[in-house]
Amino acid sequence: MDVSFIAVQLLSGLTMATLLFLVASGLTLIFGVGNVFNFAHGSFYMLGAYLAYQTVSAWHGNFWVAALVAAIGAGILGMMAEFLFLRRIYGRAEEGGFQILLTYSFILVIDDLVKMIWGTEYKSLLRPAGFQGSITAAGVTMPTYNLAIIGIGLLIAVLAWWILARTRPGRVARATALDREMLGAMGVNVPRTMTLVFGIATALGGFAGALAAPLRSVTPGAGIEVIIDSLIVVVIGGMGHFWGAWLGALLLGEVNSFAVAIVPEWASVVSYVVMVLCLIFKPEGLFAPRQVRKA
Amino acid sequence: MERDTDLKQAVLWLVVFAAFALVPVATASKYHLLLAAHILLWGLFAVAFNMLWGVTGMLSFGQALYFGLGAYSVGLMVKHVGPGWFLPGLGLGLVCSVILSLAVGLLIIRVSGVFFTVLTLAFGQLAWQITFRWYHFTGGDDGVQGIIPPGILGNGLVYYYFILILVALAIWLMHRLSQSPMGVLLRCVRQNPSRVPFLGQSVRFSQLRIYVVSSFFAALAGSLMAGADNSIHTDMLYWTTSGEVILMSVLGGIGQFFGPFIGAGVLIVLQDVMGAKTEYWPLMIGIVMMVMVLLLPRGLVGEFQALRVRLKSLVASR
Amino acid sequence: MECILKLDGLEKAFGGLRVTASVSFSVKEGELSAIIGPNGAGKTTLFNQITGHLLPDRGKITFVGEDITGLSPQQIVKRGMGRAFQITSIFPEETVLENVRMACLSRRDEALSYFRPVHRFKEATDQAFAILESLGLHQQADRPAFELAHGDQKLLDIGMALGLEPKLLLLDEPTAGMSPDERQLTRDLIRRMWKEFNLTLIFIEHDMDTVFGIAQTVRVLQLGALLAEGTPDQIRSNPQVITAYLGEDLA
Ligand SMILES: Nc1ncnc2c1ncn2[C@@H]1O[C@H](COP(=O)(O)OP(=O)(O)OP(=O)(O)O)[C@@H](O)[C@H]1O
Ligand SMILES: [Mg+2]
Repeated sequence: MDVSFIAVQLLSGLTMATLLFLVASGLTLIFGVGNVFNFAHGSFYMLGAYLAYQTVSAWHGNFWVAALVAAIGAGILGMMAEFLFLRRIYGRAEEGGFQILLTYSFILVIDDLVKMIWGTEYKSLLRPAGFQGSITAAGVTMPTYNLAIIGIGLLIAVLAWWILARTRPGRVARATALDREMLGAMGVNVPRTMTLVFGIATALGGFAGALAAPLRSVTPGAGIEVIIDSLIVVVIGGMGHFWGAWLGALLLGEVNSFAVAIVPEWASVVSYVVMVLCLIFKPEGLFAPRQVRKA
Repeated sequence: MERDTDLKQAVLWLVVFAAFALVPVATASKYHLLLAAHILLWGLFAVAFNMLWGVTGMLSFGQALYFGLGAYSVGLMVKHVGPGWFLPGLGLGLVCSVILSLAVGLLIIRVSGVFFTVLTLAFGQLAWQITFRWYHFTGGDDGVQGIIPPGILGNGLVYYYFILILVALAIWLMHRLSQSPMGVLLRCVRQNPSRVPFLGQSVRFSQLRIYVVSSFFAALAGSLMAGADNSIHTDMLYWTTSGEVILMSVLGGIGQFFGPFIGAGVLIVLQDVMGAKTEYWPLMIGIVMMVMVLLLPRGLVGEFQALRVRLKSLVASR
Repeated sequence: MECILKLDGLEKAFGGLRVTASVSFSVKEGELSAIIGPNGAGKTTLFNQITGHLLPDRGKITFVGEDITGLSPQQIVKRGMGRAFQITSIFPEETVLENVRMACLSRRDEALSYFRPVHRFKEATDQAFAILESLGLHQQADRPAFELAHGDQKLLDIGMALGLEPKLLLLDEPTAGMSPDERQLTRDLIRRMWKEFNLTLIFIEHDMDTVFGIAQTVRVLQLGALLAEGTPDQIRSNPQVITAYLGEDLA
């Protein structure tokens, strides 16, 4: 194993980590702020990929416009899903289970609708103009598009950090996380906030889907693969912890990238092994702060 | 009063059992016999699943793991050792399901709620991945075909009655469990877990116990399914299988012991009627799930009972 | 009389907040005593440590001659300690009878039986019914617990603790949220239970009529520390207690 091999794998792991982070951060955001577990989050990722494909191939749009369309489209659909369906079960006894089932039904419906509209064959997207080549530095060759993804991911992470730590809505969201009643008591319009947060989260998912489209082919099954990966990220990072999602994505992305290079057959199993190890040693999430144990 | 419901239950039992026993008399079609066998086995699977969710409040999205484990124990035994090894495979599957569910259970009962669900899903998918990739051992995506039960069980009719008796026995055992002190304890764990330790009982161990029991019966259903279908496939381990068994429970009603069994029957018949016509089966069950969750959360049996209670009180108030 | 419960220098802090500040006292067997103190004094937290729900940072808890510090709630319950909660804690969908029967079954080590239907456990059922009778809840035995009035739910919570046949019973604000009439009834009931079941009983209470009406010993907690301990008369005339806590009420 030489240095450039390691460097290439590290960078490609970072690309994967960034995409994972974008998806998982949406998942963890809705859970952290709204206490809603959106099982269908991966389906919004997939929708984003298809919307980007549609914009570029059928409407001849620019890729970056397409990514924006994907984010906005997934966001609007996410808000509709929350507004029309999810909010009907808030506060119901055993809400947690029913949330999972309702969002599970979203998966089934969205996946089939996508199949109806776009068919089952693979779709692919070209990398955007200006990002089709690669650059070589210190003997390491890297596609510029991957570097762009890493850059965008960093930008969004910094932006999210700034919103959460430095702005009032961000601080309110953190302080009252998991507590809708408390939010209400603070004079926040809870239903509207929930819809909005849901929209932001699904937009993040859709955006990630669009960014990933040129790297992976776009298929109706994409949502399920992604949701399971991001679930692992979230389990590793600790559900509802923003930075946990980031670190979890990094760990999983890197492990996966090396696994793909070294044991390609079993790469997808390796993710689970990482998760199981984490569970054995720290079940509340590797990066979650220690909590008071319940009896 | 309690004795009275005992009797009613027993009668209901006999009627359902007799109805399934009479299926081969009513129809000579092999296809209908297989349909009835599917209802029995999925019904068993769903009832076992509901001991976890409806009774104890643990929503597992990974019971397909044990269903598949049972099926693959039988299938791989037949494939690698020989056709006569059907029954030992069945036994092995049951033993493995207990060992595996104990190990996995110990890991995952440490978390609750959504986390529990996520972890069950992850372990289920892990098993699916391994089965899918390990081609030369499991047959990968091709599965295993030609699993014929040995000896007299090879006869479809005999095998049907074999299933009927085992399923009836298994469901009866679980019914006894649900009526027993431990059944009450499990319901208590769902309703108010923080009170349970102060009655001198352990929440975690109660959860672990029922996780193992539920997984055991899921494995039984899976292994019998291998013989009924004469084949196994990785789909049995896939997460949509876990999803389907959840849907059956919601459809029938998770608050009633027999709800999931009825749900299984309804869904399988529906699949039989619609499946041939629509390629959009997932869309269908997605919509069914949505309707149940939003409008009929108590399930068909639960809503029916609620309706009956309402009507009764309406009549009484006249 | 023997000492049944002994606390030695118990300490507990949540973050920087010291909620139990080197609390030591011992409770004699058969005693009926009260713990009082202003809101947030750490009374419930003290119960939580005694019952094993919370682990004290420091100190030792001895129950019937055995060190129970660090044992789990279930282990402590098995050694004969029962508890009812400040915020009523019952099994809402189960019937009233089932709630108490679960406790009786647990006491008899029958809670894990998995084959015989629960109503065939004759002794536990009879015992549960007897407890309901002495609490005056027997007529509602077949109703789901969530349908009960608030006061009755509190009684049911106590009934569950009684089903464990505890040596020591801890009640956290048994009359909270009750009407004056209900309070009077509950007060009489607590004293009757205490005698009928041969209990050592400690209750936390804000209602002074209840405290001074039935307790043999009163302990005062303030800011996590034990401020005073004595007979109701001693406490009533303790100048520290008067200024610190009873002030407006009695001074
Ligand atoms: N799990 C916990 N984590 C952090 N702080 C806690 C916790 N439990 C209690 N506290 C704090 O400890 C202090 C004492 O609480 P405790 O419930 O013991 O008071 P109390 O004397 O029972 O009051 P009350 O009369 O209102 O019931 C309070 O300030 C409370 O906010
Ligand atoms: Mg208190």
